[in-house]
Amino acid sequence: MTSEADVTREALGLACANVRAGAVADGFAGVVPQFVASPSSTGEAAGLLRAAAALGLAVVPRGGGSRLDWGTPPARCDLVIDTSAMNAVLEHAAGDLVARVQAGARMGHVAEVLAAAGQEVALDVPPDATAGGVIADALAGPRRLRYGSPRDLLIGITIVRPDGTVARAGGKVVKNVAGYDLGKLFAGSAGTLGLIAEATFRLHPLPAARAWVTATFPAPGPGGAGGARLPAGAGVAAVIAAAANSPLVPSAVELHWPGPGEAAAVGVLLEGSPDGVAARAGKMSELLATPASPASAASPGALPAGAGLAAAGTAPGWWRALPETAGVTLLRATFWVSALGAVLAAIGDFARDAGVAPAVHGPAGAGLLYVTLPGNVAPEHVDALVAAVRGVIPAGRGSCRIARADGRFREKKSLEEVPGAALMSAVREQFDPSGIMSPGRFIG
Amino acid sequence: MLSELARRLARAVGPRDVVTDPRELATYECDGLTSHRATPALVVFPRTAEQVAAVVRHCAQAGVPFVARGSGTGLSGGAVPHADGVVIALSKMRRVLEVDPVARRAVVEPGVTNLAVTQAVAQHGLFYAPDPSSQVICSVGGNVAENSGGAHCLKHGFTVNHVAGLEVVTPAGELTWLGDGTGVPGGYDLLGAFTGSEGTLGIVTKIIVKLTPAPEVVHLVLAGYKTIADGGRAVSEIIARGIVPAAIEMMDALSIEAAEAAVACGYPQDAGAVLLVELDGPAAEVEAELAAVREICTLAGATEVREADDPAQRAAIWRGRKAAFAAVGRLSPAYIVQDGVVPRTALGDVLARISALSLESGIRVANVFHAGDGNLHPLVLYNDAVEGEAERAEEVSGAILDACIEHGGSITGEHGVGLDKSKYMPKMFTAEDLDTMQLLRCAFDPAGLCNPGKIFPTPRLCGEVPGHRRAADGPARPGLEIF
Repeated sequence: MTSEADVTREALGLACANVRAGAVADGFAGVVPQFVASPSSTGEAAGLLRAAAALGLAVVPRGGGSRLDWGTPPARCDLVIDTSAMNAVLEHAAGDLVARVQAGARMGHVAEVLAAAGQEVALDVPPDATAGGVIADALAGPRRLRYGSPRDLLIGITIVRPDGTVARAGGKVVKNVAGYDLGKLFAGSAGTLGLIAEATFRLHPLPAARAWVTATFPAPGPGGAGGARLPAGAGVAAVIAAAANSPLVPSAVELHWPGPGEAAAVGVLLEGSPDGVAARAGKMSELLATPASPASAASPGALPAGAGLAAAGTAPGWWRALPETAGVTLLRATFWVSALGAVLAAIGDFARDAGVAPAVHGPAGAGLLYVTLPGNVAPEHVDALVAAVRGVIPAGRGSCRIARADGRFREKKSLEEVPGAALMSAVREQFDPSGIMSPGRFIG
Repeated sequence: MLSELARRLARAVGPRDVVTDPRELATYECDGLTSHRATPALVVFPRTAEQVAAVVRHCAQAGVPFVARGSGTGLSGGAVPHADGVVIALSKMRRVLEVDPVARRAVVEPGVTNLAVTQAVAQHGLFYAPDPSSQVICSVGGNVAENSGGAHCLKHGFTVNHVAGLEVVTPAGELTWLGDGTGVPGGYDLLGAFTGSEGTLGIVTKIIVKLTPAPEVVHLVLAGYKTIADGGRAVSEIIARGIVPAAIEMMDALSIEAAEAAVACGYPQDAGAVLLVELDGPAAEVEAELAAVREICTLAGATEVREADDPAQRAAIWRGRKAAFAAVGRLSPAYIVQDGVVPRTALGDVLARISALSLESGIRVANVFHAGDGNLHPLVLYNDAVEGEAERAEEVSGAILDACIEHGGSITGEHGVGLDKSKYMPKMFTAEDLDTMQLLRCAFDPAGLCNPGKIFPTPRLCGEVPGHRRAADGPARPGLEIF
């Protein structure tokens, strides 16, 4: 270690008891941090950021660490602030349906604590994910259709600014409009505005019963011109819209298509009381099988010949919180549900023309799909698919972006303008004028 | 200088849509909270987003403050103009531009009333969920500024949960979109941060709202109780059973008396409290919940339980609750409406504190509250003809907010901070909290011209005003592509 590193380490050590040199295992997206610090309190985290700011260190916050390779890799990383020692559930006010947790609390642990009172944070996220990471990456699974994403369930936040200032917004009551809602700003900020230290969530009662109604669309027969395409793309889109628009209050409407030659499935999750869920599952099955009425644009389409319908009390095998990401190239498409049919057709046409096998999965009823491509896919194929999907999404009403890719995509420049990008840039400059929080990850 | 601005604005929107007559200007001196007033220098009525942008650019060039105004129904003085400033009234931008029933989205202009959105989409079996009590008249643009709630936000959420895109004019006069209607942000969630910013970050010119499938059934239960505490026990038990009603409202004896006098709502005569519980959703779920709520209400000591499931019967029961604010005017020549929030489980303690404050001061307080989420609306009654009574009422009102803060609550649940409650912000937040919030203000409005003087008691100096950036200028931003 150089003497400069010793000085740095000593300065960081004054702020936080747990500082060590970065190891290869701490590396991500081609970056290995010089130091890793694990503060055990908001105060220690604030001291660390003050010290890092004084030393001009580039800082990347780390929760569960599972999505550090999403998005653009940071240009540099001198210090990883690991939140694993800030892992407590600080408060669970069951009668108020509110819980306050430290940023490093694992969502699986949080779920266990809340389940004791029959409550939950209604986000489907991996149990190893931390509260701070879930917020910073705006992660939400199938039930985003009914409950939204972290920004919709977050009612209070404590953050540490890049200069070490600790600030709080919101509170611990669900209904509260006092002051700007910084929780919204930090949800999805990917570690670029500051460190999330604590979060307060509104809770929901755990449902007494769940049922899944699944419509299965068989793959087209081999040899046909459409053999590589998504089965019955338009029928799939109509069934998804019908389910999502029904007054049966589905918690999730999920699409799963493993790839060319495979069947596609639409899963509808219903949650509530045992009797209520059973009755709603029956009605949902009827609804999905009923021919469309030309009178209403929102009405369902008939299931095509050969399609199957089933209801069950357990999730279909393919049901999962979030798509697998290790070693793949992952695209994220967002759209108005009225464009779903066109998006599916564009993906199907791409698969046929390019001879590449995409898998399509996600909460399509909420206007979001993940497209998974092999890790070694040719960049021109990725470009072609992104362009094809963008081409069918009306301007300003959705997007298709690379969510995760390997190093070959790092130098890609902006291809489309994000709405409000100039304001985002100004926000970033205000919160992090020296540009030390995850530099290069996002604007600035 | 203002006359030159008036000429420029007249060129931007047409001379007939600029108000300069002093008597007419006085119409815009306050919003729904009449205790704060200031007469603006000019009022303009743009008809398009481009006109709003042009008006804002002229104000920015002249260094003149401006404030957007919807229907003027706000209750925190948020739309009170600056005395030398411009009011940008959006009441001539009231078109529903598009309804997409498959995507469950509508695109509306800011002056459209809240209820008009639901009316425009009802034929598709959809509705717009946020429903502030003023929904017949209040504008969606105003709802976005205030992040309005309403009786049904307990289950259905607030405006911020139902807005998926905003076209805004920045305080520099540029048109930009925040959010694209998908509900999945690309980059920072400025749409979420903007909603509820009380008109201080820019002016909304188009709104993409999320629509919700209309519930299969709606049931309303009314229960009368001897005391608020009895009703409170019913509320706690409903929550403990895992039932999330669409609304849970409570009124005390004084509010019941006022409502009866005003609209003859026929609530139980001798009740010390009336509880309204509305359940909505799929029939199969609501029937089971209804049976449970009926049983809980009775076990908690209800003196009477009534039920209604058809729209007319429900409206008749809701009439008393919705009339409560105005009805209190019959009991008292003047009153203050508060909007404090406490954790629901602290409601009993805080109501006892309010009762004690009332006894000590001799100032009567009528209580109407959203019992499900702890949002209190104490109506502090006073006679402005009696010397010193207004001041005593203000003290009681302030002490109620202090009690809310002590119990971990908020000074405002849905009315906003505005001009009225900015002095309480330092009691709820530290100087660092307020400073950090204002970083957002500095990013949007470094010159501090967009509805100045609201929310924050002390404006933050934004330092050097950064150069005016345009999205199309400069190098492409690496990172946007795969963020």
